[in-house]
Amino acid sequence: MARPAPPTETGPAGPSGPPPPGDTPPGDSAPRPPGRLGLVGWLRWAWRLLTTMRVALILLFLLALAAVPGSFLPQRGVSPSDVAAYYADNPELAALLDTLWLFDVYSAPWFAAIYLLLFTSLVGCVVPRAAKHWRDMRARPPAAPARLDRMPYSASFSTGASPAEVLDRAQEVLRGFRTDRTDGSVAAEKGYLRETGNVVFHIAMLGLLAAVAAGSLFGYRGNILLTEGDGFANTVASYDAYYPGSQVRPGDLQPFSFTLDGFDAAFIDEGPRTGQPVDFTVETSFRTRPEAPEERYTLRVNQPLDVDGARVYLVNHGYAPEFRVTDGNGDVVLDQAVPFIPPQAGAFFGEGVIKVPDARPEQLSFLGAFYPSAEESAEAPGQLGSASPEDANPMVALQPYRGDLGLDSGEPQSVYELPTERLEPLGEQLTLAPGDSVELPDGTGTITFTGYREWAAFQITSDPGRVPALVSAVLITAGLVLTLTVRRRRYWVRAETGPDGRTLVRVGGLTKTENGAAAAEFHDLTTTLRDRLAGGSASRPNGE
Amino acid sequence: MLYALADTAPTTEVNQGLADLSDTLVLVTILLYAVALFAFAAEAAYGRRTRVAAARIPAMAGSAAAGDARVRDTEPDLGGAVDELQVRVRDAEPDTLAARHPIGRVAMVVTVLGLIAQAGQIISRGLAADRWPWGNMFEFVVAITLCAVATFVYVAVRHRAYYLGAFVMVPVVLLLGIAVRWLYTEAAPLVPALHSPWIAIHVSAAIIATGAFVVSGATTVMYLLADRAELRARAGQAVRGVVAKLPAAEILDRLSHRTIVFAFPLWTFAIIAGAIWADEAWGRFWGWDPKEVWSFITWVVYAGYLHARATAGWRGRKAAVISLIGAAALLFNFFGVNYLFSGLHSYAG
Ligand code: HEM
Repeated sequence: MARPAPPTETGPAGPSGPPPPGDTPPGDSAPRPPGRLGLVGWLRWAWRLLTTMRVALILLFLLALAAVPGSFLPQRGVSPSDVAAYYADNPELAALLDTLWLFDVYSAPWFAAIYLLLFTSLVGCVVPRAAKHWRDMRARPPAAPARLDRMPYSASFSTGASPAEVLDRAQEVLRGFRTDRTDGSVAAEKGYLRETGNVVFHIAMLGLLAAVAAGSLFGYRGNILLTEGDGFANTVASYDAYYPGSQVRPGDLQPFSFTLDGFDAAFIDEGPRTGQPVDFTVETSFRTRPEAPEERYTLRVNQPLDVDGARVYLVNHGYAPEFRVTDGNGDVVLDQAVPFIPPQAGAFFGEGVIKVPDARPEQLSFLGAFYPSAEESAEAPGQLGSASPEDANPMVALQPYRGDLGLDSGEPQSVYELPTERLEPLGEQLTLAPGDSVELPDGTGTITFTGYREWAAFQITSDPGRVPALVSAVLITAGLVLTLTVRRRRYWVRAETGPDGRTLVRVGGLTKTENGAAAAEFHDLTTTLRDRLAGGSASRPNGE
Repeated sequence: MLYALADTAPTTEVNQGLADLSDTLVLVTILLYAVALFAFAAEAAYGRRTRVAAARIPAMAGSAAAGDARVRDTEPDLGGAVDELQVRVRDAEPDTLAARHPIGRVAMVVTVLGLIAQAGQIISRGLAADRWPWGNMFEFVVAITLCAVATFVYVAVRHRAYYLGAFVMVPVVLLLGIAVRWLYTEAAPLVPALHSPWIAIHVSAAIIATGAFVVSGATTVMYLLADRAELRARAGQAVRGVVAKLPAAEILDRLSHRTIVFAFPLWTFAIIAGAIWADEAWGRFWGWDPKEVWSFITWVVYAGYLHARATAGWRGRKAAVISLIGAAALLFNFFGVNYLFSGLHSYAG
């Protein structure tokens, strides 16, 4: 009779323990390259090489290594402005790094090559393994080997019970095991979930990759800034910035719309951390389709608005002072709120630009700052600063300019920047409280600071891979826990009538674990079986 | 600008009495752990090499008391008389010799006292600021070392591996010292981005896993020392001092593997929970932020470790090297990423 197969066939470390350290198991040595086998031969060789464990390991470590530079160098996908800054500081080095895709490490072809090879290797590994496991789960436990005393766990005892009764009892004791009874012996196996977990884990990894790929092909992301009262309709043209996946057509965008009804920020108002935000609430009303009824939603930092898979996140906020500008002719040429943006994260004030291209006789513009809690700046005496982001004492400081704004030149211009080098300053800097109105020099017009509202910036993302990625991730964890905790074990009981007429019971247990817990379980089974045969009150082994 | 909301630092509104209590307790903890470290080191240096039964199989211990078979891999067919039950176990965990000294018991007791003080520190800090007590580097280090010590105590009880004490306590005391000296932050509430049930889920999982990885790293270092000592002893060279009294290298190798097997699924879960949280808070579940990159690298390295052991049969030295690379990635993820890079996860300072 053949020697028993190890519980998991893939493990080169057989039942009798680990192979000598540093020894590569024979089944895993790299296949030899073919002599003169032509293209097919080479392809088969490459495939076999790719699916060896050693190559998979190398690819795994390469993947870790390849991910490193992306954390040291600025990445376009994370912060394009840092990449631009890097270019400005080291133009030549930056150009060189760029040709190597080092500013786009995670979308670089060489990065993709590594993970695609790894996943190909994974397919090559997991498909045959899954097929084999499928057959194994249907198969009967392997028959008892001839020499049970050669098993890692073995025991024997004798009893007055008949062999048939021994085997009946054994099958009772082996509840939870898959058992198979043949003449004179019972074979039992348990712990198939280990391999199931392994297959699920590896397949779910493929699922995760597919989900992420689907997200980058069919998903999109965009940014918008809305002042209280403004509405937004989800079309490409409505975005300030829009980043579609390569397979997204403008018509694919979910046809929802929403209005920013109100924004409220709560801040700490005393102590050393004054001005740090505590909570943000964004009141919105939205429609899933233009003809759908209006619904309301309160959006928070960890509570995005979700409409048909498109999710709206709050990413920034600030104040939008409202201005009315009358030009030299006495016409009202501007009456609106202008968002002022904090120059850096955590700044308590915002900076902004007012452009009045319709002003006559000359175009007007203003460079300004909004101080929600205005006070004299600690760093620059005489200048304004803000004590907190709360609107305790709102003031704006404005520097007016006159001259051609250059908007007709056809060159695109940011609404948040003013090309002041072509403009002429118009008098001194102005400081206005809400309601203040100032006459500009030379009869060029009047500006009134009529009030202020708040603005909120949103990121909208639609990623069809989200839910599949989540499902894959859950399966990855579940599979992993199974494969790392479940032990696969086999247990055999053989009963024979001995020369003295008593029944000789031999048992054997086999597992591929690294610790003695399995031996404890086998021993428990053995003593339970013996106790039952002795008619004693037997307790079920509390196996796991 | 885009993620301005997540970048801001915590704010304050705190129960000062509890905050002061927690500050006292952290010092008490360090003191107790330092005493424990000293006592463990004394045991390692001056203890007598004594047999330690590695995995006392509970079932067998119980049945032995009932008069059944006593099982030793070295003594085949050591059967009891009852029912002529004869049992043989091959390839169970070997016993080992390790330094043993009464002061080791003192060390264990002091360690447990330290653990209690540390738990008190974390709870009082959480109550003081009325939130989960892990929102900045200082609190992370305290929680991680708590988990490392707890893992050690578990391993010491379950696998009788008390001899890990000196090696585990070194990084624990060092980390706590760094935390108090350089990372200290007053108890304070959290920024809105951290107001989420995911802080409990994601950060707790990461902290527990990190604590266990610290233990596996310390065990790996011990393994490498023991392995070298064994090689030299086998080559006939004299081995003296602490290294001569280390337990068998193979046991250390297994213990290190076991802690990684425990930590790895938790680390996986932590990353996934982090991705779910990022999806809620930042609008994408994965964005290759430096913290995400290094968590990924750490994960891949430990996945490589498990593969190398399970399928390529790399135990011992080769596996130890991978384990140390994993530990280095973990450390870098914690200190390097928080101080070197500015990302969404920069809670440093
Ligand atoms: C995409 C990258 C991969 C990751 C992250 C990964 C991860 C894992 C993990 C965590 C385990 C559990 C280890 C254990 O049971 O102790 C495992 C087991 C295993 N993996 Fe992978 N794997 C990957 C790719 C592969 C590839 C490409 C192959 C085949 C060439 C493979 C073959 C195996 C096998 C055979 C086992 C079972 C070990 C055992 O029976 O205990 N894996 N994998």
